[in-house]
Amino acid sequence: MIDEDVIGRVLGTALRTGADFAEVFAEDKRTSSAVLDDGRIEELSSGRDRGAGIRVVAGETTGYAHTADLSEAGLRSAAEAAAAAARGGGGGTRTVELTRRPTTNPNVVAIDPATVPKARKVDLLRRADEAARARAGSIRQVSARYGDSRRRILVANSDGLVAADDQTRTMFSVAVVAAGDTGMQTGRQSVGRTIGFEMFDANDVEAVARSAADRAVTKLRARPAPSGEMPVVIGPGGGGVLFHEACGHGLEADLVAKSASVYKGRQGERVASPLVTLVDDGTIAEEWGAFGIDDEGTPAQRNVLIRDGVLADYMWDFLRARKEGRARSGNGRRQSYQHLPMVRMTNTVILPGDDRPEDIIAGTESGIYVAQLGGGSVNTATGDFVFGMWEAYLIENGEITDPIRESNLVGNGPKVLLDVDAVGDDFAMGSPGTCGKDGQGVPVGDGVPTLRVRSMTVGGTAA
Amino acid sequence: MAAGGDLTDLADRIIARAKDGEQVEVVVGRSRHTEVRAYEGEVESLTAAENQGAGVRVVSGDRQGFAYAGSLDDDVLGELLDEARDNAEFATPDEWVGLAEPDGVPVPDLDLYRPSLLDVPTGRKVDLALELERAVRGRDRRITGVESAEFVDGSGERCVVTTTGIRSESRSTSCYLSASCLATAGDETQTGFGFSVGRELDDLDLDEAAADAAHRATRLLGSVKPASGRVTVVLDPFVTAQLLGVIGGTLSGSAVVKGRSPFAERLGEDVASALVTLVDDPTNPSAYTAARADGEGLASRRNPLIERGVLRQFVHDSSTARRSGTRSTGNAVRGGFASTPSAGCRALSLEPGVDDQPALLRAVGEGVLVSSVIGLHSGVNPVSGDFSTGAEGLRIQRGELGQPLREFTVASTLQRMLHDVEAVGSDVEWLPMSAAGVSLVIRDVTVSGS
Repeated sequence: MIDEDVIGRVLGTALRTGADFAEVFAEDKRTSSAVLDDGRIEELSSGRDRGAGIRVVAGETTGYAHTADLSEAGLRSAAEAAAAAARGGGGGTRTVELTRRPTTNPNVVAIDPATVPKARKVDLLRRADEAARARAGSIRQVSARYGDSRRRILVANSDGLVAADDQTRTMFSVAVVAAGDTGMQTGRQSVGRTIGFEMFDANDVEAVARSAADRAVTKLRARPAPSGEMPVVIGPGGGGVLFHEACGHGLEADLVAKSASVYKGRQGERVASPLVTLVDDGTIAEEWGAFGIDDEGTPAQRNVLIRDGVLADYMWDFLRARKEGRARSGNGRRQSYQHLPMVRMTNTVILPGDDRPEDIIAGTESGIYVAQLGGGSVNTATGDFVFGMWEAYLIENGEITDPIRESNLVGNGPKVLLDVDAVGDDFAMGSPGTCGKDGQGVPVGDGVPTLRVRSMTVGGTAA
Repeated sequence: MAAGGDLTDLADRIIARAKDGEQVEVVVGRSRHTEVRAYEGEVESLTAAENQGAGVRVVSGDRQGFAYAGSLDDDVLGELLDEARDNAEFATPDEWVGLAEPDGVPVPDLDLYRPSLLDVPTGRKVDLALELERAVRGRDRRITGVESAEFVDGSGERCVVTTTGIRSESRSTSCYLSASCLATAGDETQTGFGFSVGRELDDLDLDEAAADAAHRATRLLGSVKPASGRVTVVLDPFVTAQLLGVIGGTLSGSAVVKGRSPFAERLGEDVASALVTLVDDPTNPSAYTAARADGEGLASRRNPLIERGVLRQFVHDSSTARRSGTRSTGNAVRGGFASTPSAGCRALSLEPGVDDQPALLRAVGEGVLVSSVIGLHSGVNPVSGDFSTGAEGLRIQRGELGQPLREFTVASTLQRMLHDVEAVGSDVEWLPMSAAGVSLVIRDVTVSGS
């Protein structure tokens, strides 16, 4: 993307005001998408974003400038702007010796989506539309979206590192509206992998469409969600977002350092039920949050955050790790070259336990079963979180009974972790997600076995 | 207003290559911003950013294709038209697609560009961020941390040019101060945020931003989980603005024509309490989202959507308008050069009532003031209208604010909430989103707590 000699000179310019650290992050990303709605292929769209961000760190201050101009002049002018923003005590000239580090990307791409004829992508959408509509007479509307992206990044810094990664992602989603006596209901399903078009060999678009359609149709006979505190059983793969929100964010070292986390200062302490082992793993091949290097050049890693209920470690980026004098954990990520990196999750999972899923349900006298959670949010300082339920049912006398209408669950992260009282021996990854933090979105994955939380607040309208 | 002349030249060069029988739209944008973040008396980060690019939409044979690039380099721009054309080949013919055409509505004269902002030296911006952090900290001794204190400013220019005769140029400036902080009492921590937005430095009120952040954080200390039940709620202006954003989505022409709006068949009917008059008006200069033109280059205009509870109209772009047998209401919304426009509300506000919030609280007597909601994106279904969101707030007792409350949900449906509006406050406040806030009283909402 950029010649190494040029990078060396740009880093030199960035260090001219006496900064301790300088970094060049270059990115070239191509995206393509196709949307079907209302029975029509509405639009195909192609995008290209290319540019570089220069980061300069002097003491506690970070200067950042980005440019879409990858010429040496463009890069040096950005480097000067960043250097002016973060002025160190010294100054003068420093030469940077760059050493290229090989990258092992866990994801092997067989078919670059850019080489696939657009007609084939469009055909997937038509097949999904047909499959969803054929599912029930109550289906009123179907939309489907195909998307792929190829993001090539290059990171070089004044510590001498040069590393590159090539990240290809492919995704497909279907949203369905069904109508009945109680009005309209919606169902969604999506699948995404950090690989190429071969994703569709293992993932049938008809199955995605049927699953979305069934979700909408099921909800037509849904009862109003109950209101109040009750046991909540989460289905395999359907509830990873709970742990992403409830404790994942609170284990990000930047929030911890600012005391904006309930988990600050609690390493080595029991923070969860002994049944809970929480892992953030950027190396799970093909998953949505997997990559070769993070956006600071650190290889993806598997990090155990909570082991058997005890807080083992936080997640780290360059700045926080440097401050603590420890190793980075491969969690320094950014949305694009237009953004500063910060601590972000990758694929966040709860490891399976020993309980049989059917026993967990049978052992729940009354409560709700959540097959699929929607998005959520958390206030990391208090641990209070909320998330929506896309597909959920009542549990009555140890059996899953009627579906319930959409509503939110609220809870407190630290309390929910302690309240996990059963973890199943099954496991599934959930749908591809985009995690938002501080205005930046990055792709993340999550996964859970069947598990039960003793008590959470269900925000329905029924007494 | 002469702005972005060189951007229009770029657009014209692409437009000139349109073929017979082909409609081409080019949107070109360029923006700059700086962001200064203060933390513990130091500059944590200072970002200087420049962003530019173009998007090209082609409509040919009733089919639409799109391509964009985050660059104005000739080699990249040259490919855009061909790529958009190629994309159009794969779309399904649709008699309603097509670009906007000039409709004679005059462009409002809005003063959205303040050159003074461009002259502010970086040192002054740094001082503001540092000062904001100090001000938040100094506001109350229970403030134990300022998670973020930032000053951001930016300027942008954009043009939309089409083969159908649209030529729209606009530019604007904006700036804001925003802070979020932690308040602590014993082992309890609460958070609060505050901000002030404007088009130039003089518009900003640093003390107000600091006071709001400190007030929001400290007033929740000692909060408990409320008992479940049906209550009357008073929504703080910020919460109302978020609710209006959701309601606005259900009134978009695209949700209506595709059968995704619960109000699709309700034009001319009572959909809300007679106290509800909802207007979308991006020509209001007080609106954060005020703009001269919409995303397709048509003049902005004032559109009453609900009048005294009666649904009057939906908002349309040129495509949804054609499909509905009407004219565009100037409501094409687009995120920038990287996306195609779609119909949406741009600057919503409720017609204010006569009482301020304290008077509303006295009238309500017993209930819950909702000071913030979280999970609106996950807990509200704009198709079914199901509404359930996490909330924080304070109990209203004998007409006054009392016990702070947290970790509960408020639930109803959008349809019912509109009918259940009991009063609209007098305290209209434009916020940095596409809706204005105002205190709003809604009865019979389910609160789920313990």
